[in-house]
Amino acid sequence: MSTAADTKTEVALVKLIDAGKRYGAVIALQGINMEVSAGEVTCVLGDNGAGKSTLIKIIAGLHQPSTGTYEVDGAAVAFTSPREALERGIATVYQDLAVVPLMPVWRNFFLGNEVRKGLRMDIAAMKKMCKDELLAMGIDLRDVDQPIGTLSGGERQCVAISRAVHFGAKVLILDEPTAALGVKQSGVVLKYIIQARERGLGVIFITHNPHHAYPVGDRFLLLNRGRSIGYYEKNQVTRDELTGLMAGGSELEQLSHELESAGGAAADIGRELEEDVTELGISHQPDGETDAASAATRQEGPPHP
Amino acid sequence: MAQTTEAPVAPPPRADERLGRKSTLARVLARPEAGAIAGAIIIYVFFFIIAPPFRNASSFSSVLYVTSTYGLMATPVALLMIGGEFDLSAGVAVTSSALCASLFSYEFTTNAWVGVLVALALSLLIGFINGWIVVKTGIPSFLVTLGMFFMLQGINIALTQTITNQVASPDISTLQGFSSAQKVFSASWTIGGVNIRTSVIYWIVFVIIATFILLRTRIGNWIFAVGGNAQSARAVGVPVGRMKIGLFMAVGFMAWFTGMHTLFLFNTIQSAEGVGNEFVYIIAAVVGGCLLTGGYGSAVGAAIGALIFGMVNQGIVYAGWNPDWFQFFVGALLLGAILLNTYIRRRAEASI
Repeated sequence: MSTAADTKTEVALVKLIDAGKRYGAVIALQGINMEVSAGEVTCVLGDNGAGKSTLIKIIAGLHQPSTGTYEVDGAAVAFTSPREALERGIATVYQDLAVVPLMPVWRNFFLGNEVRKGLRMDIAAMKKMCKDELLAMGIDLRDVDQPIGTLSGGERQCVAISRAVHFGAKVLILDEPTAALGVKQSGVVLKYIIQARERGLGVIFITHNPHHAYPVGDRFLLLNRGRSIGYYEKNQVTRDELTGLMAGGSELEQLSHELESAGGAAADIGRELEEDVTELGISHQPDGETDAASAATRQEGPPHP
Repeated sequence: MAQTTEAPVAPPPRADERLGRKSTLARVLARPEAGAIAGAIIIYVFFFIIAPPFRNASSFSSVLYVTSTYGLMATPVALLMIGGEFDLSAGVAVTSSALCASLFSYEFTTNAWVGVLVALALSLLIGFINGWIVVKTGIPSFLVTLGMFFMLQGINIALTQTITNQVASPDISTLQGFSSAQKVFSASWTIGGVNIRTSVIYWIVFVIIATFILLRTRIGNWIFAVGGNAQSARAVGVPVGRMKIGLFMAVGFMAWFTGMHTLFLFNTIQSAEGVGNEFVYIIAAVVGGCLLTGGYGSAVGAAIGALIFGMVNQGIVYAGWNPDWFQFFVGALLLGAILLNTYIRRRAEASI
């Protein structure tokens, strides 16, 4: 397990030190070190059940870590609600986006943060701000009065991101923003991640796709079954290595053996897989993995609050 | 808070090829109340042709009066539906409030206004209990308010029977404060031979207030949000529970207001009254374009829905038909309105 050398002198916006989370007897997350500074993108990679959503919940203030320390701007914090995290500038854009599909884009944009003039809302100002803010992020919307449900998934994702940016987020947590999108739309979202970074935000980009993570990321945290299986800076790792680590070399090997023993066409696929594994140089067992931990983390994630 | 970037990343403004010309017609049809307006025109023309007395100004004023008695309640019921909930107890709650006011002030021989205020407290409490149970337990409001409906209905009849040995509340017109309360809740003037009741004015005022709240205030934004997607609303800091309880209490408030109007108009209240009216309110809201699933609708639509009701209710009388046909018409109207609304909304959305 390698760790990124902490060469930077500036204080990280968000930093986890040896953080872990237990749900009763279930260890969902263990020994996680990661950080994100202003103008950086930290990617968190992992397959389903790797502990990504638990990690988000800790950073977003939904849960407190059971072990280890969570620091914001260099000082340890213990958030008791997402609202507190939000007040410190840590905004989360969830997969389901927290939008109301039937409401117009501008009403969604300002929902919970409406601009008011006395009793009434300043609708003209809000529409203009919404349009301008979206344009500044490079989102050219047809009409901010259309229901947000009529936008494409990528557009909605971008509106949610720019909303967080507009309301003063310093750290953006993006929960699998590209998971449900096509190739082109994913590209659009990646562009906005870079834009947010250029505007000086720290971005935590959660994904299971190394091809999306590598081009935009500055640091990469790889999770498997609740543990870190690697924390790299960009110059320490190649895209192929990331892909290999994500795929889990040993698991691929095992899969290839199973396919080969099945014979026929499956065996051919198995042999191809084996070649890939050798080529990527990932034929190793990730350390620190025990059967107990894997059994425990397989049911990672409690029911949503 | 708002940050700006120097480098304009956006392309210069240009005619957007994605934005087709949206016709004025399509814009009008996309409003929630479009179907109701079309329906109201059809119903009006229908009775205008077949029922000559319907054409008089005076009969239209009685149409407006009947409309206002439904419309007062349809307004908060529509807001509640936009907020994603139902209230099946709304019909009998009107009677409960009126009975409470009249029995309290009669039995304790107080000023009529004391009974009025006690009834207000009771109505708000009923709304609060409905909302509180729905919010705390997550049980569908359909079931919670169905229970409340039967409880209120039982109390209305049983308690009136126990106290007065009759099925109606005693006449309270001799009580102190009656005439001033009557002036407030159930006055009427005659202008140019046409009788106008205050309830019509109140109804229009409440519709305007409700529309203002819905479209122009933060509370309105939150009503749409809790009905459209409560989870999302909560995630951005909208107090979902308080909003829903507030909406149930708004229904309670208007049940009180409508109850006071009825009480001070007739001086006495039949304890079994009000059953079935909850559906009239809900139908008026649905005919007016409110979605059963919440998050969409308008107060003006509900008002037009109530107007359709009022026109059919009176139109049948003016046409000289058996009033028993009314219920058939109500059912047919509901079905027709839903079909028309669905059709119009699909067409409007397709032509955006």
